[in-house]
Amino acid sequence: MNQKAKITAIVKDNLQNFLFVLPAVSIFCIFYIYPFYKMINLSFYDWRGIGPMHFIGISNYKELMGDNLWWDSIGHAGYITLIALTFQNALAFALAWACDREIRMKRFYRMVFFIPPVLSEVVVGLIWNWILNPEMQNGQHIGLLNHLLYNSGFPQLVHDWLGDPKTALTTIAIVNSWKGFGWGFIILLAGLQTIDRQLYEAAKIDGASAWKTFTNVTIPMMLPVILVVVILTILGCMQVFVLILTMVNEGLVNHTDVPVTRIFSAMQNTNRFGYACAEAVIFGTILVCVSFITKRLTDKAKQA
Amino acid sequence: MLFALAGCAQAPQPSNKLILWHWMTDRNDAFQKLAQEYQQETGVEVSVQLFAPSDSYSQKVIAAAQANVLPDIYGILDKKSIVADFIKSGLAADLTGAMDADGGSWKNSLFDKALADRRFDEGNIYGVKPGIYGVPIDVTNEQMLYNKKLLAKAGIKKPPVNFDEFINDAQALKRVGITPFVSGWGELWLLDCFASNYAFNIMGEEKIFATYRGQVKYTDPDWIKVFNLFARLRDNGVLIDGIVTKGNKYAEQDFALERAAFSFNGSWCVNVYHEMNPGLDYGVMSPPPISSAFPLKIWGSAGSSFVVNAGSPNKDKAIAFLKWLTAKDQQLVLARETYNLPSNKEAIFGVSPILEEFAKGMNQSTHPNIWPLNEDPSVSEAFDKGIQDIIIGEKTPLQVAGDVQTVKDRQMAQGNR
Amino acid sequence: MAKSTFTHLFLMTVAVSCLFPLFWMVRCAFMTNETVFVDKAIIPHHLNFGNFAIAWTKGNFAVFFLNSVIYTVSVVMGIVLISSLAAFAFSRLRFPGKNILFYMFVAAMMIPLPGSFVALFVLMSKLHLVNTRFGYILCMINVGLSMSILLFKTFFDKMPNELEDAARIDGCSKIGIWWNMAMPFARPAIAVIVIFNSLNVWNEYILATLLLGDTKLMPLQRGLVVFQGANSTDYPVLMAGLTMAAIPIIMVYLFMQKHIVKGLSSGEMVG
Repeated sequence: MNQKAKITAIVKDNLQNFLFVLPAVSIFCIFYIYPFYKMINLSFYDWRGIGPMHFIGISNYKELMGDNLWWDSIGHAGYITLIALTFQNALAFALAWACDREIRMKRFYRMVFFIPPVLSEVVVGLIWNWILNPEMQNGQHIGLLNHLLYNSGFPQLVHDWLGDPKTALTTIAIVNSWKGFGWGFIILLAGLQTIDRQLYEAAKIDGASAWKTFTNVTIPMMLPVILVVVILTILGCMQVFVLILTMVNEGLVNHTDVPVTRIFSAMQNTNRFGYACAEAVIFGTILVCVSFITKRLTDKAKQA
Repeated sequence: MLFALAGCAQAPQPSNKLILWHWMTDRNDAFQKLAQEYQQETGVEVSVQLFAPSDSYSQKVIAAAQANVLPDIYGILDKKSIVADFIKSGLAADLTGAMDADGGSWKNSLFDKALADRRFDEGNIYGVKPGIYGVPIDVTNEQMLYNKKLLAKAGIKKPPVNFDEFINDAQALKRVGITPFVSGWGELWLLDCFASNYAFNIMGEEKIFATYRGQVKYTDPDWIKVFNLFARLRDNGVLIDGIVTKGNKYAEQDFALERAAFSFNGSWCVNVYHEMNPGLDYGVMSPPPISSAFPLKIWGSAGSSFVVNAGSPNKDKAIAFLKWLTAKDQQLVLARETYNLPSNKEAIFGVSPILEEFAKGMNQSTHPNIWPLNEDPSVSEAFDKGIQDIIIGEKTPLQVAGDVQTVKDRQMAQGNR
Repeated sequence: MAKSTFTHLFLMTVAVSCLFPLFWMVRCAFMTNETVFVDKAIIPHHLNFGNFAIAWTKGNFAVFFLNSVIYTVSVVMGIVLISSLAAFAFSRLRFPGKNILFYMFVAAMMIPLPGSFVALFVLMSKLHLVNTRFGYILCMINVGLSMSILLFKTFFDKMPNELEDAARIDGCSKIGIWWNMAMPFARPAIAVIVIFNSLNVWNEYILATLLLGDTKLMPLQRGLVVFQGANSTDYPVLMAGLTMAAIPIIMVYLFMQKHIVKGLSSGEMVG
C-alpha cells in the first residue's frame, strides 16, 4: 500500500513537473521538430521546389563530401567566428568590465554600445559600403576609410577592402564583430552584475591584486555566462549571411561564401532543394559537435 | 489530432474578389490605383498584395504552391524550366485560348518578344503543351549607357562603334581621371547577360546552343575569346574598382552621380536616374561589337509577367483583369508612373525620349527564356564566377574555361538537365 | 590617473564608432534624393523635414507600427512565460527525459532551418494559421525559445539551493518558487531576453512575408520595404523610416537595461 502511494506520488510529481515544459515542448514540436523531420527527409531526394521529388538516397551527401565550395564556406564562417570569439568578445568583456565599476558616463556607454545591434542590416550595409568604397571621383577618394588613410599620411594603405580576396573576409569579420559586440556586452555585464560584491570585498581584505581578483573571483563566477556568450557567438557567426549579402552582394566570387549563402544559392540559383537540405543537416551536425566540444572544454576549465 | 481538425478544407468557391501577389515595390501604388478603377468599372475587387524583396516573394510562391494556396494571379520569378514545372503541376493556366480570341486581338496588341517569354513552342524540351501561359505587363532590355558630358570632357566626340574604339575611349577617359565603366556585376545574372551578348557576337547562337547540349566544349577557342574579352577589360583598367561585389543598385548610383562614363544596365534604370539626377545627360547604345562574324544580341523580353492559377475558381475573371491591365490606357499609366517600357505596342508612343532609345533595341534582342534550351544552372554559376575570377586577376581565361568544362562534364554525366 | 584616462579614451572611441551610423542615418533623413550622396557637410545645407511625414503616410506606418507593437509584446510575453517555466523545470525539477529534452532545445539553436520554410508553410496552411496574427506570433515564439531557455537555465542554476529549500520548507509551491524566487533572481536574464526577442521580432520580415498575406497584418519592416524599390531606393525617406522604426526599440533597451544594472534586489539574499 505504501509502495503504491509512493509511486503514485512520484508519477504525480513528474507529471506536474512536465507541465512546466509542456507549452515550450508543444510549440517546439510543431514549429521545429516537424519541419526539421521534413527537411531531413527532403535531403534524400532531388527536388526543384516544384514538381515531382525523386528519391536518390544518400547521393546528396556523397556529393556534398566532395564539394570544395561547401567546405570552403564552412572555413570562411569559422574564420569569421574566430575573429568574433577573440576580437569581439575580448572587446565586449573589456567594455563590460569597465562599465561594471562605478565610472562616469556609465549609463551613456551602456546606451551607445547597443546601437549597432539595434540598427537594421540595411543601414549597416549601406554605411559600411560607403565607408569601404574603393572608388575615386575627381581625384578624391569616395570611401571614408580610404579618404582618411590618404589624408592622414598613409596613402600606401589605400585599398579595395571588399574587392580583394585577401582582405574581403577579414573586413566582413570586423564589421560583423562591430555589429555584434553589443550583445556580448550586455550579457557579460548582466553576469558581472550578479557577482556578489562581498566576494570582491573579501578579496580586497585578503590583499589580493587586481589580476588575482580577476582570475580567482571574476572568471570562475562568470564561467557559465562566458560559456553562454561563447556558444551564442559561435552560433550567431556561423549563421551569418544577411550582412554578407548587403556588403558584397552575391559574394566576391566564392571567397566570401558561408554555409547559409551556399544553402540559399542551392535553393534559388540552382534549384536544388534536396541538396540544400543535406547541406543544412551537415551544417547543423557540425555546429552540434562544436558546441559539445566547447562545453566539454569549459567543464574541464571549471574543474581546473 | 490537430491534422484531423485541420483537414476539412473545402474547395474554394467562385467570388467577385481576385487576389494578386506581386513583388514590384515601385509599382504597388499604381497597381492599387488601377485596381480601384477596375472595381468601379466592373465591380470585381482585386486585392493587390505586395511581398518584397523578390527573394522572399519567390520563397512564398514556392511554399504556397506546395500548400496549394496560390492566389488567382501571381508571377513566377524563376527560370523557364521552373515555369514549366508550375505548368505541369497544374498551377499556371493555358491562356492561348484567351489570347487567340477575336482573331488574336489580345495577342497582337502585345510585343511578340514579350509574349515569347512565357510561351512554349512546339517541340519544347520541357514537355509542356505548346501555348502562351503568361501575360507580360512590361518589357525591358539591357544595353550600354554613356554619359555625354563625361565623354565630351575626354574629347570623345561620339560613342564607340566597336570594341577596340571602346578600349581607346576608356584610355582617354582615364587620362582625364574619369572611371570608364560601371555595372552591377555583383549580381551574376547581369554579368551573364553581358557575356552572353558577346558570345552571340563571337560565335553565333547555334554554337552556343550546341555548347549547352554538350556538343561543344567551353575550352573551344571561341569561348576562350569570350573569357579573354574580360581579361582585356581588366588589363586596360576599364572596370570600376570593386565591380564584382557591386550590386546593381550601387552601380546605378555610381552612374547617376557621374562617377563613371559608361554603364551596362536595364531599361528600368531610366526611372532610377531620373530620381537621383534629373539633369543627367546620357544616351543609350548597344554594347560595341568585338567581332563582325555574327550580330551582337542584347537581352530583351518581358520584364514582369503574371500567370493565372489554373486551379482558381475565378480564372476567367482573372484573365479578364489581366487583359484590361495590358490594354493601352492602363499600360500608359504604368509607363508614366514608373518609366517602364510597356508591353502593349500602342502604348509605346508617349514614353520619354530616352526610353524610346531603349525601345529601339527590342527588335534585335534575344533572351534565355526564348531559347530552345538553357545551360544547367550549376554550369552557369561556375561560368559567371569564373569570369569574376578573371576580373579580379585570380585566374586566367584558360583556367576558367577548364574549370567550367569540368563542371559541365560532371553535370552531363549526372544527367541533371 | 593615466589608467582612468586610457579607459575613457578607449570607451569613447568605441562609442563614437557606434554613434556614427545613427548620426548618419538621421542626417540622411533630412536630405533629398539628389543631395543625399553629394552634400558632404556634417549638417546638411538644406534641411528637408518632409521625409518623416512622407515615410509615415506612404509607408502606412500607423498600421504597420501597431502590428509590430502587437507582435512584439505578445511574442516577448509569451517567450518570457513559456521559456522561464521550462527552464525552471530543467534547472530545478526532475522528470523523465529531462536531459534529452533540454539538449534538444539547445541543439535546435544550432540546426538552421533555411530549407524548411516550405514544410513550415504547408503545415501552417493545414492548421489554418497562415495569414493570421496568432500563427505568426506562435512561430516567432518558437524562434526565440531555445536561446531564452538556455539563458534562463544558466541563471536559475546559479540560484543558491538554500533559498529554495527555505521556501519549500515554508510550504511554497513549485509555481510559487518560480514566481517569487527564481524570476526576481534572474531579472538580468529577463531583461536580456526581452531586449533580444523584442529586437528579433521588431526587425523580422522574412517569416512575416512568408506567413502573412493581408497588408493590414504586416509589421513595420514591411512598411520600410516599400522605400527599397526593386530598382530605385528613396534613401532619405528610407532613412527617415528607419529612424522612426529604431526609436521604439532603443526605448525598450533603455528601459530594460536598468534591470541589468540592478542585478540583485535586496530581497533575494535576505530571503
